Amino acid sequence: MNPRRVVITGMGTVNPLGHDVESMWRALLACESGLAETGNFDARTYSTKFSAEVKGYDLARHVPNAARHVHAGRHCRFALGAAVQAWKQSGLADCAALDRTRLGIYLGSGEGSIDFDNFTGTIVDSWCDGKVDTRRWAELAFRRMEFYREAEQESNMVVAHLAAEFGARGPAFNVLTACAASTQAIGEATLQVRRGDADVMLTGGAHSMIHPYGVTGFIRLTALSSRNDDIPSASRPFDQTRDGFVLGEGSSILVIESLEHARKRGAKVLAEIVGYGSSADAFRVTDQDPDGAGAAASMKRALADAGLAPADIDYISAHGTGTKQNDQIETLGVKSVFGELAYKVPVSSVKSMLGHLIAAAGATELITCILAIRDQVLPPTINLYHPDPDCDLDYVPNASRKATVRTCMSNSFGFGGQNNTLILVGEKG
Amino acid sequence: MPERRVAITGLGVVTPAGAGMDALWEALLAGRSFTSKIASFDAGAFPTDLGGYVENFSARDYVPKSYRKSVKIMARDIELAVGAASLAFADAGIVTAAAGEGVATTIESGRLGCNIGAGLICTDLDEIGVALTTALDDDGKFSMAKWGASGMNNLTPLWLLKYLPNMLACHVTIVHGAKGPSNTITCGDASAHLAVGEATRLVARGGADAVIAGGAESKLNPMGLLRQSLLKRLCTTWRGDASGACRPFDRQHAGTVIGEGGGLLVIEEMEHAKARGARMYAEVVGFASSCDPNGIEVEKPSAGGLGQAVRAAMKDAGITPQQVGLIVTHGTAVPGEDVCETAEWRSVLGDLAGRIPAVAISGSLGSLFAGAGGVELAVAARALHTRCVPPTVNFSAAAPDCGLSLQSTARSGDFEYAVSAAFSVGGQSGACVLRRIEP
Repeated sequence: MNPRRVVITGMGTVNPLGHDVESMWRALLACESGLAETGNFDARTYSTKFSAEVKGYDLARHVPNAARHVHAGRHCRFALGAAVQAWKQSGLADCAALDRTRLGIYLGSGEGSIDFDNFTGTIVDSWCDGKVDTRRWAELAFRRMEFYREAEQESNMVVAHLAAEFGARGPAFNVLTACAASTQAIGEATLQVRRGDADVMLTGGAHSMIHPYGVTGFIRLTALSSRNDDIPSASRPFDQTRDGFVLGEGSSILVIESLEHARKRGAKVLAEIVGYGSSADAFRVTDQDPDGAGAAASMKRALADAGLAPADIDYISAHGTGTKQNDQIETLGVKSVFGELAYKVPVSSVKSMLGHLIAAAGATELITCILAIRDQVLPPTINLYHPDPDCDLDYVPNASRKATVRTCMSNSFGFGGQNNTLILVGEKG
Repeated sequence: MPERRVAITGLGVVTPAGAGMDALWEALLAGRSFTSKIASFDAGAFPTDLGGYVENFSARDYVPKSYRKSVKIMARDIELAVGAASLAFADAGIVTAAAGEGVATTIESGRLGCNIGAGLICTDLDEIGVALTTALDDDGKFSMAKWGASGMNNLTPLWLLKYLPNMLACHVTIVHGAKGPSNTITCGDASAHLAVGEATRLVARGGADAVIAGGAESKLNPMGLLRQSLLKRLCTTWRGDASGACRPFDRQHAGTVIGEGGGLLVIEEMEHAKARGARMYAEVVGFASSCDPNGIEVEKPSAGGLGQAVRAAMKDAGITPQQVGLIVTHGTAVPGEDVCETAEWRSVLGDLAGRIPAVAISGSLGSLFAGAGGVELAVAARALHTRCVPPTVNFSAAAPDCGLSLQSTARSGDFEYAVSAAFSVGGQSGACVLRRIEP
C-alpha cells in the first residue's frame, strides 16, 4: 500500500506580529520588528530588557467557547486562537461526517508559565539556614498555590484544551524537544496521517517563556541578545554583529489531512508536506556539533523522505536564531547538503522580526513558507548589514523579494542537539 | 513497502525496587512493596509523607568516566533515564559509543534512535533558593530589581539545561552516540507508551534499526507532592505499614503514592536482532493512541479514553479479545481512576476483562508518571518471555466496579499476547500489544 499523501488545509497563528496569519505576513513583508521592552514582568534591571511579546490578545475574540478554557495558561490561549483560525479555514467545522476517533492532535507545546510570585515568595518565606524548610514551605504553598494554575503547567494540557474544543478522540501526542518541538510535531503528525492512523490532525506548537525564570535561564546561558539600546534591530541572524536570540512567544497551528480526505470533502489545499527528517547531534548538551553534521543529517533525511534533490529546493526557512554558534553551524550544514547550490538557494530567518518562539517557532516558520509559495515572495532577514565571512549565503537581506518558489525547506534546531526539517510543496495562489 | 517487524531486545529499569529488571522482577514475585516514609526531605507537613524512592542510585555509575562531570547538570529525572538506558543496552547486548573510543560498536550510530517520555521537571527548591535569597529587599521580600541586576548570577550558568524535558534524551543520545531521530514525548503517564509506540513505528518504516524508548520521571519532591495533593490523587488516609499504602483496584484503595523511576526498552528491527543473535523478549505488534475530549476537567477522575487506544491497538495488531492473554494495567490506585480504567478495559474486552489475567505494579513501586509505562511494558515483555504473570502487590480483593482479574499470587500461563496501556491526567492514552516470541 502506498503511504497516503498529506496536505495542509488550515493554518492559524497568534504571535508578536499579529493575531492572525495575514497580519503577520503583511508585517513580515514590510520588515516590521515585533520586538519591544518586556511587559510581561518588570525586566528593567535584567541584562536583556526586551522580548517579542504577543500584545493585546483577547481569547474571547477568537474562541467562541472561551468560558470553557478559563483556566488555560498563556501559551494555551494562544494555541486555542490559532487552532480556531486553522479549523475555520479548513472548512472542517461544516464537515458533519468527520469521525472524531480519526481526528488526532500532535503538538510541540511548552510547559505552562510558573506561578512566579507564589513559587518564589514561598521559597523565600520558608528559607532557613541555607535551605528551604519544607514544613514551612508546605504550610505556605498549600495556602497560596492554586489548583488549576499548577495543573495547567504540564505540557500536555494544550493538547487537552484542543481536544476539548474540537472533540478529538484520535491519536494525541505532545513533543517537547526545545526549539525544534513544533517542526517535529508537524513531521510526526504527517507520519500519523501517512500511515492511516488518523484522517485529520491538528498540529503545531505553543510556548511562552517570557517570564522571569525563562528569561533568567536564557540569560545565564548567555543565549540572549542584550542590545538594549537598539531594541527593534536586536535580532540579527547571520549578521556579524549578532549577539544572541530574542525571546518571543506565541502559537501556530495547522490542520493537516490526507489528500484523499481533503479531496473528498472539496477542501482547498494550501500545501503538501512531502518530507520530514529528524536527527540528534549526540555531541554536547551545551553546544551544537561544530561541523553541522547533525543539522545536515536532518536536512538529508528530509530530502530522502521527499525523494527530492537539493536542486529541487527553492527556498530555505532557516532556524537562524541570531546566536553566534547557530547561524554559523546552520550555514555549514546547508553547505554540506547543498554543495555549490548553497549559494543559489535563498535562505532567510523571520526570527529577525518575530523573535524566537521556542517550541512554537517551527510551526510559525512553516506557515511563512506556505505564504511564500502562495504569493511568490520571500520574507527577508532584517538587520543584516554587516556580512559575516562565516555566513556567506543569500539570506534575502533587509527586503522581501519576488521569487519563483514551489518547494520549501524549513529547519529547526533545539538545545541539546535536536534537529528537525520539513519540506513543503505548494501551488501559487 | 511492507512494515518491518519489531522486537523488544533489551529491558532497562530503575525503580524503587533497585536498578535492573532482575531486582524488579524478584520483588514483584515476592510481593514486596517499596513505598515508605519519604527520607529525601521533611514531608511532615504535607497531607502524606509517603513515597517510593530509588535508593543508592547515581547516574555516575552508568556513564563513561569522561562523562561523570555532566551528572552535575542532570535533574533526578535525567539521571534515572541515563541509568535505565545503559541497563537496557547492556541487557540487549548492544555495544554503543559508551564503551569508549577504540571499542567496536554493534549498532551504527546514525541508525540508533531515541524516544523518551518525560514530565514537567521542577527546579530544585534549595538550588534556586540560594540564588533567590541574594535578591531580597530590606523587608525580606523578593526584589525583582535585585534579581535582574545581580541575584540571578548566583545560579549556575547551565541551570536551565538541568530542567528541560528533552535533556533525558539528549544525555542518553550523547552517552550512547545515538544520532538517529530523537523525540521526547510529554503526555504525563501516557508518555512512555506513546514513546515506545512511536519508536516501533520508526523502526517499522525503516527510519532506524534500533531505538532506545520508554520514559522516566521523579515527582518525589515538594512541588510534585504539592501538585499531586492539589489534584487529590494521593493516599492520605492509610494508617498501616507504609508498604501497604498503594493498593491498585483493591477494596481499600485510597489514592496513589508518588514513586520515581525509569523504564527504557531497546526496540529493534527483528532481522537486525536475529543477525546478532539477540534474545527477543516480545514483538511489538500493535500500537495506538487516543484522547478524551473531557480531559481538561482535571478535577474529575478519568482514564483518558484508554479504551479507544486499546481498541485501536488491538485492531492494529489484528487480534480479538479472546486472544489477549495478559492485561498490564496502569492501575494508579486513585479510586475514581481505577473505576474508570476498569470500565475502559471492559468497553473493549467485555466480560473477558474480568477473566484475562491482569497485573498492576503501582502497589510495589508507587506511581512513576512518565516512567510508569516503560516499566509496565518491561513487565509485560518479561511476563511473555517467562510465561509468568507476577502478582499485584497490595491487592487482596477487588474494589466495587474494579473487577479485573488481578491476583495476589503469581500465575503461569500459556499466553501469546499481552496488552499494556496507560492514561494521563489531561486525557491522553497509549496502548501497546506485545506478542510472545518463542525462543
